[in-house]
Amino acid sequence: MRTAAVVARLAWRNLWRNHRRTIIMLAAIAIGVWAMMFMTALMRGMVNDMVRDAVKSLPGHVQVHNAGYRDDPSVVNSLEMPSGELLAALNGPEVTAWAPRVRVPAVISSERESRGVTLIGVDPAMERDISFVTDATTTGRFLEGSADSGLIIGAKLADTLDTELGKRVVLMSQDPDNEIADRGFRVVGIFDAKVQNLEEAFVFIGLTTAQKMLRIDRQIHEIAIAGSGFRDVAPLENSIAAAAGPELSVLPWFELDAYLGTMLGVMDGFVLVWIVVVFLALSFGLVNTLVMAVFERVREIGLMLALGMKPYVILSQIIVESILLLLIGLLIGNLLAWATVIPLQDGIDVSMVAEGMEMFGASAVLYPELLLDDVIMANVIVVVLGIVASLSPAWRASRYQPIEAITKA
Amino acid sequence: MGITLRLAWRNLWRQPRRTWLTAGAMIFSNVILVFMVSLQFGMYGMMIDNTLAVFTGHLQVQAPGYIDDKKMRQSIPDAVALGESLRQGLGIDTVAVRASAFALASSEERSFGVQVVGIQPDYEPRVSSLPGLVTAGRYPDSNDALEAIVGTVLARNLKVDVGDELTLIGSGRDGSFAASIVIISGIFDSGMADIDRSFIQIPLGTFQDVFFMESAAHEIVIKTADLSLVDGVVAQTESLVPAGSDLVVHDWDALNPGLKQAIQADLAGAWFMYGILVILVAFSVLNTVLMSVLERTREFGIVMSLGLTPGRLGRLVMLETSLMGIIGFVFGILIGAGLIVYVGINGFSYPGMDEMADRFNMPERIYPTVQMLPLLLGPTIVFVGTVLASLYPAARLNWLEPVQAMRAA
Repeated sequence: MRTAAVVARLAWRNLWRNHRRTIIMLAAIAIGVWAMMFMTALMRGMVNDMVRDAVKSLPGHVQVHNAGYRDDPSVVNSLEMPSGELLAALNGPEVTAWAPRVRVPAVISSERESRGVTLIGVDPAMERDISFVTDATTTGRFLEGSADSGLIIGAKLADTLDTELGKRVVLMSQDPDNEIADRGFRVVGIFDAKVQNLEEAFVFIGLTTAQKMLRIDRQIHEIAIAGSGFRDVAPLENSIAAAAGPELSVLPWFELDAYLGTMLGVMDGFVLVWIVVVFLALSFGLVNTLVMAVFERVREIGLMLALGMKPYVILSQIIVESILLLLIGLLIGNLLAWATVIPLQDGIDVSMVAEGMEMFGASAVLYPELLLDDVIMANVIVVVLGIVASLSPAWRASRYQPIEAITKA
Repeated sequence: MGITLRLAWRNLWRQPRRTWLTAGAMIFSNVILVFMVSLQFGMYGMMIDNTLAVFTGHLQVQAPGYIDDKKMRQSIPDAVALGESLRQGLGIDTVAVRASAFALASSEERSFGVQVVGIQPDYEPRVSSLPGLVTAGRYPDSNDALEAIVGTVLARNLKVDVGDELTLIGSGRDGSFAASIVIISGIFDSGMADIDRSFIQIPLGTFQDVFFMESAAHEIVIKTADLSLVDGVVAQTESLVPAGSDLVVHDWDALNPGLKQAIQADLAGAWFMYGILVILVAFSVLNTVLMSVLERTREFGIVMSLGLTPGRLGRLVMLETSLMGIIGFVFGILIGAGLIVYVGINGFSYPGMDEMADRFNMPERIYPTVQMLPLLLGPTIVFVGTVLASLYPAARLNWLEPVQAMRAA
């Protein structure tokens, strides 16, 4: 115990014998740690934001479809409104919200223009808790009920169609017998989405209105289900899949949107690689500092050995020196990261490259997120690898022959 | 200079381990920079080429406003004639005229909203890679054949094959009802689901008849021999567009703003990371140089009292750093280039690359090549950072008092 106290004290004092060197090294560690955290927070913020937005526009963490629907999104690949066991599972504790939807490809025409869109029939009351569109409808109103005869379209689509609130447009799709199913609608609401693609891709009508128009009685195409969070959807998926039976396909968001699922995985890998690369760049300096610190104390170390200090005490003294250096650097780096991320939490505007970010699937505002897990990971990696890096100089110091060391010039 | 150089070189090897550790930090960063920058530049080039090759071309002539709204009536009058005169004026035959509209495409069993593009069968293969991707059947061969090619995904969803009929229903340029029946002459497979799902091509003459375009069209696509020639061809094209018409010429960047911005966003993140690496190396160098100066205080005191000026000593220190920098530079480039050549043989890939590649029109493996700019860019910056880092230790020599220096411990 006393040895430990002596070692710690010696290490601490040695650290400040050459305060310039220590301060430069501390600055390097602090900047490195800051960069690890800041970059990670930015990346995490971007990807988590992407996933949250995607979960709102897919929507849901898990979706149920007819097994053929994903490959062939046709009106005939439908399913019954949930009942019995599936309905019970949907009202179970894993599910925070769910919504049945009619979802078919369609053509929308104003008097001037036509566009291809995805027509979605929704139950407004159930849709509210799961999809972005109810909150995003900023002009006009959202649908008031399943039988509402109005239509909600995106702002960009309204623009290209040359139409506006209160005007009529025609929706055209097919019924199960491949007869044209069309109907005129009045635009009652216009939504603004964070990502412009959504504004052009989707139009919304009432669920029963859609079923009537497409001549599908009580049939739907999709059940969107939200759970508590996007990270761990397996329990939710399993409970729904068990209830849905083998004829229906139950898929989590990361399979519905393979790109996003991959991004999340790539990001986890990237964070680790980035932290290790920064550490490696730091480690050269760290080892160098320790080697120098040992080198200029050769005689002193020889003397201590000659006076009977055990080699392992020397070894631990060098390692403690390195740990102290790392800990102070980590403390400063963590504080710096925290101090720079907090003021940026309202978002960093990158609308200069908005369309590029859209290509990545991200929005034009970045919200850095400093996750506890990442902070712990970075700190642990730095300390553990730091100790590994200091082993060689420390080992060398403890192996000196006292006589040779003392007589060294 | 000869003696200074010799002194500097010898001084470096007084502490070989320190020199190698410092140079090691440079080599490590340089290898990462060389490899990553080469990979990125290679990827960007492929992203641009592949994206533009499929469809966009390098520049397009359009009616004003068409780029944003894509409305049918924003058309180019007498487009075919203008296309011909551009071909003659520019002296190239990679010029093709297109028109586009949305329509409901119905087969016997299915209907989907699609984009219908009218193309010139004689010229389209010269500007777009799509005609070459026809895997079944053939590309339409006459300008007014009632034929169409469709993508694989759309063909599957429509449940059609080569030789089947497709009914197109949409609206013409004047807003009136437009319909036609075409025969599927071919099916293309671009490997990109979005493209293979969303549109069909028919001959321009047919398109103009069906959609009441008369002699008008929407875009004249021009492909240049190389990306670097685009600016010149834009200027030339602008001078060839008939005076008095309000037609506009857009280059690929304007046509595809997401592309360049995605690259910029990616680069911005990358610059941050590279910047951090360079700063960490600079700290490592600063530490080393400062230490080597401090431990030679007495020596410097002696040579100064013998008449050596602080400026000369400063140059010596900077020269030592530069020599170290050159070692880092040379080894970094050699190892980095070796790595690129090695990876270039087998291609580079990482988990999740498939989905990313799909999104950004890239192949699933990247084959980086050794190129001058990415090879030199990173190491040059590291070298400059290194020399800058030695400025402070070198400048300190100006305040050195010979007598005190000689007495220094």
